[in-house]
Amino acid sequence: MMDHYYNAKDLARFSEIGEEAGPLWQKFNAWYTAVFADGALSEREKALIALGVAHAVQCPYCIDAYTESCLENGADTEQMTEAVHVAAAIRGGASLVHGVQMRNKAKQLGM
Amino acid sequence: MGRVLPTLQKQHAPLASGAEQRATLATVPLARSFKEALAQSSLYPLRATGVDILQINVGKKCNQTCRHCHVDAGPDRTEMMPRDVMEKCLEVLATTDIPTVDITGGAPELHPDFRELVARSHAIGKHVMDRCNLTILLLPNYSDLPEFFAEHQVEVICSLPHYRAKQTDSQRGEGVFDESIEALRRLNAVGYGKPGSGLVVNLVMNPVGAFLPGNQASLEREWKRELEHRHGIVFNDLYTITNMPISRFLEWLEESDNLEGYMTRLVNAFNPGAARGVMCRNTLSVGWDGQLYDCDFNQMLELGVAGDVPRSILDFDIAQIRHRKIVVGPHCFGCTAGAGSSCGGATVN
Repeated sequence: MMDHYYNAKDLARFSEIGEEAGPLWQKFNAWYTAVFADGALSEREKALIALGVAHAVQCPYCIDAYTESCLENGADTEQMTEAVHVAAAIRGGASLVHGVQMRNKAKQLGM
Repeated sequence: MGRVLPTLQKQHAPLASGAEQRATLATVPLARSFKEALAQSSLYPLRATGVDILQINVGKKCNQTCRHCHVDAGPDRTEMMPRDVMEKCLEVLATTDIPTVDITGGAPELHPDFRELVARSHAIGKHVMDRCNLTILLLPNYSDLPEFFAEHQVEVICSLPHYRAKQTDSQRGEGVFDESIEALRRLNAVGYGKPGSGLVVNLVMNPVGAFLPGNQASLEREWKRELEHRHGIVFNDLYTITNMPISRFLEWLEESDNLEGYMTRLVNAFNPGAARGVMCRNTLSVGWDGQLYDCDFNQMLELGVAGDVPRSILDFDIAQIRHRKIVVGPHCFGCTAGAGSSCGGATVN
């Protein structure tokens, strides 16, 4: 029984999730590959978006994977740090904007 | 240019020796050997398909000491191809149908007979490629090289790991980026990279760290856009080249505790398509002393051509060398990972 939830080496075992759902895994893989291919956005730009999202969803596997992907695709740590700030700003902003809901409710309840 | 570091040889570091590098690589546990990977792809033994490129390493002297250099080149190196060996290289070129001569080093331009090698190779109809570190073009006795290259239609292949200064200087030395940009401007000024000029300047990027290069086509689009936008620089093609786990890059991998992880990355990314297209199959590498190798990397690991073939250019025989068995080792995973890597960049789309 594991005594912790995350193991860096498990990233390399990602494909095991397809062992009992092969067709679904294959569809996911094909779609995933297409998503990250060069398109209107470059592979570097997509990797930076993925890195930001990885921080927003706080996935350590994704952070490892897309840090490396960003470097491979020519991004530097300055750009990557800015991408993380974008993710953090959206998360922070998402909390703050709910403050309007708080104020609406408070106004409704207050005298 | 900024700080120049002592070479491994100057430091008397164990990894200055090819045998020590091979021994170090042999200690890394791998899921399979390179021979096994080739065999599982029906490619073992790997054989040459011909000699389309004679790659001549004229010496190890360089005005830079890049941190990833597989040659351990630098200002303190003194190895230079002697006259008789260079003459023999020219004789081989003149008496065979090998179409291309690829001149490398060190900084090959520092060889006193470099210009003669270029001019005579061009005069006998060979396509000449020069592997240029760019900063050499700014040194006083070499500033006319762009015009010389143009006169002899030399394809210039230049190292530039990134279109931003930070990464380039991190790998190649402080101040190298600015000098490289100035050198590219001078090449552009004589027509290199300009449409219709027929003068070709290609850029080579190596990752600045223990990771693989990204998609060559995608990176090329970004490199072209950024270099033109930021500096008004144009060039023909971008070649992505994987860092080989030898010499100074091997030393850095060890020191930074990245060696096993990097080798695992290379092994896991083995691509049979890339293995089919490795450059050693159509290239023959000549060392400064005339010894023959399957590639410049084997040269630095002191792994000469094997089997019943001439070991020196002085005994050259195209019939014997053309279909020789290639000498391989764990470092070869560097050329077969992902989209592949060669002196001409990725080997598969």
